[in-house]
Amino acid sequence: MAQVELKNVSKIYDDNVTAVRDVSLRVIDKEFLVLVGPSGCGKSTALRMIAGLEEISRGTITIDDRIVNDVAPKDRDIAMVFQNYALYPHMTVRENMAFGLKLRKYDSSEITRRVDEAAAVLGIKEYLDRKPKALSGGQRQRVALGRAIVRQPKVFLFDEPLSNLDANLRVQMRTEITRLHQKLQTTMIYVTHDQVEAMSMGDRIVVMKDGLVQQVDSPLDIYHHPVNRFVAGFIGSPTMNFFTGSITRNGSPAFREAGTSFTLPLRTDTPFGENREVILGIRPEHVSMKEQQGRPRRKVFVDVVEPVGNEVFAYFSTGSGRQFVARLSSDDLPSVQEECEFVFDPSRFHFFDATSGETLRG
Amino acid sequence: MKAKTIRLTASYLVLIIFCVIAVYPILQVVTISLRPADRLLSTSLEIIPENASLSAYVQLFTERPFLRWMINSLLVSLVVTVTGVSLASTAGYAFSRFSFAGKKAGLLSLLTTQMFPATMLMLPLYILLIKLGLINTYIGVIIIYSATALPFTIWTMKGYYDTIPYSLEEAARIDGCNQFHAFYRIILPLAAPALVITALFSFMTAWAEYVVAAQILQDSDLWTLPLGLKSFESNMTTEWGLYGAASLMVAVPVIALFLALSRYLVSGLTLGSVKG
Repeated sequence: MAQVELKNVSKIYDDNVTAVRDVSLRVIDKEFLVLVGPSGCGKSTALRMIAGLEEISRGTITIDDRIVNDVAPKDRDIAMVFQNYALYPHMTVRENMAFGLKLRKYDSSEITRRVDEAAAVLGIKEYLDRKPKALSGGQRQRVALGRAIVRQPKVFLFDEPLSNLDANLRVQMRTEITRLHQKLQTTMIYVTHDQVEAMSMGDRIVVMKDGLVQQVDSPLDIYHHPVNRFVAGFIGSPTMNFFTGSITRNGSPAFREAGTSFTLPLRTDTPFGENREVILGIRPEHVSMKEQQGRPRRKVFVDVVEPVGNEVFAYFSTGSGRQFVARLSSDDLPSVQEECEFVFDPSRFHFFDATSGETLRG
Repeated sequence: MKAKTIRLTASYLVLIIFCVIAVYPILQVVTISLRPADRLLSTSLEIIPENASLSAYVQLFTERPFLRWMINSLLVSLVVTVTGVSLASTAGYAFSRFSFAGKKAGLLSLLTTQMFPATMLMLPLYILLIKLGLINTYIGVIIIYSATALPFTIWTMKGYYDTIPYSLEEAARIDGCNQFHAFYRIILPLAAPALVITALFSFMTAWAEYVVAAQILQDSDLWTLPLGLKSFESNMTTEWGLYGAASLMVAVPVIALFLALSRYLVSGLTLGSVKG
């Protein structure tokens, strides 16, 4: 069992910069938790505090009910995979992987067994006698993973381990890490700025911004029920479209974009009153070109079309000049520089408070 | 094609001229050391002179306390080297990795000491050593040589550590090292080129130094090689043959040390450790 808990944890640097503000989290045993957010949101700092590489300014961190605030990294029973691999360049792959075990005075036969086993799992057996400089980026990251695995720690920490790899390798390694988690059944905390990685790997996702936790939930819950505009905009690619405007209730409720004549009818049970200022959020995939009974249609001017094979991204703008993107099926290839009719789905609309950005529940 | 040939010829010409300027004095010393009598000047251009003899070398080791001076010099230089490498490697690490009060001022003051000519420091150092009772002792010269070499070597080490990624130590600390072990087992091996430079610089500072040694080491039993060499020159005559032979013998340990350490003077030791 390995449970990690952060209670009101903050990190304030000497120059009074607050990197992490009052974060409270509980990572349950065997869970794959992903910390995601833009650069500078405090996700890596939070991970480094769990690792013991950063001092904690306030709050407590416990691993298996033991407060580890003042425990050295080596005594926390954790392993960490770094973004830049951090392999020991003067050691061979085998020595790199065995280093932690040797320091812990494991029997040499046990070290050999563990290293060979991990190397087999990661497909790096033939590189065991090479130095890191003779390996490719993907192989180096596998060695870094191997170095963590052989230790059989209570908790694995990953600090953006795939961000230095090319796109294809990243997808491949993503699957391998997920598979590894299923095999090892160990608590894993994973930091990334890539929301696709977060969505595809995590049991739960923690979305952070400016050192604050915005939302902790399962990937699909975060996607479908974001708590605020930031989370809604951060999760999902292409990002959610936002329109600032107000509610009108001339007969049936509708949304009118501020400063333009762009309006969209809303569901009749929309609870917001007349003139309520809101931000309307529409995910690109909730717009289509296929006519559907009872759904509103709008003609817009398409300025850019990006076919990516299985789907098409169509960019257009409303009168306010704000870009809007629709994710369409590859069968629906709109004409560029022409007006096209798009169908909207009011049941998938998201509303956010115009001032606070908090989600408005209907 | 023609321009390229001219450029190449000019380059070689310049290189040859400088090689001759560098090598000629050494060859001249070789010639002097081999001449049968103590003659400094000769009209002959032969490197190996007529009636060449090794008698100066024999005399050096049999009739003069040359071995004694060499042992003294080796002792002083090795202690200075060990002290220099130990202190510079740890102090450079502290300056590179830790934040502490006075860090910037410390680095600047180390740099400032390099701006004063060594002779200017002679008098205060001499007074200091008298007060400490270290005149006419090896410890006296060792302290001064170490202190003279340290500012440069600390900066060298700090500069090199700065190029070693911090994440290597972090990985080591998670793997099971404390800060010192991470330094000793991961960082120090990677800093081998800077350690070699530090070692050579410290050794050379002590090995060929005359002015400080002449002030502090008054007892001839304690003389180091430069003082011994100087003793071949008196008011009336100079024993040029011995002088030449001794000068060449002084260079031997330095060449040996350089050859032994040069294999560590390689770049790219941290290749493959991190993405970059």
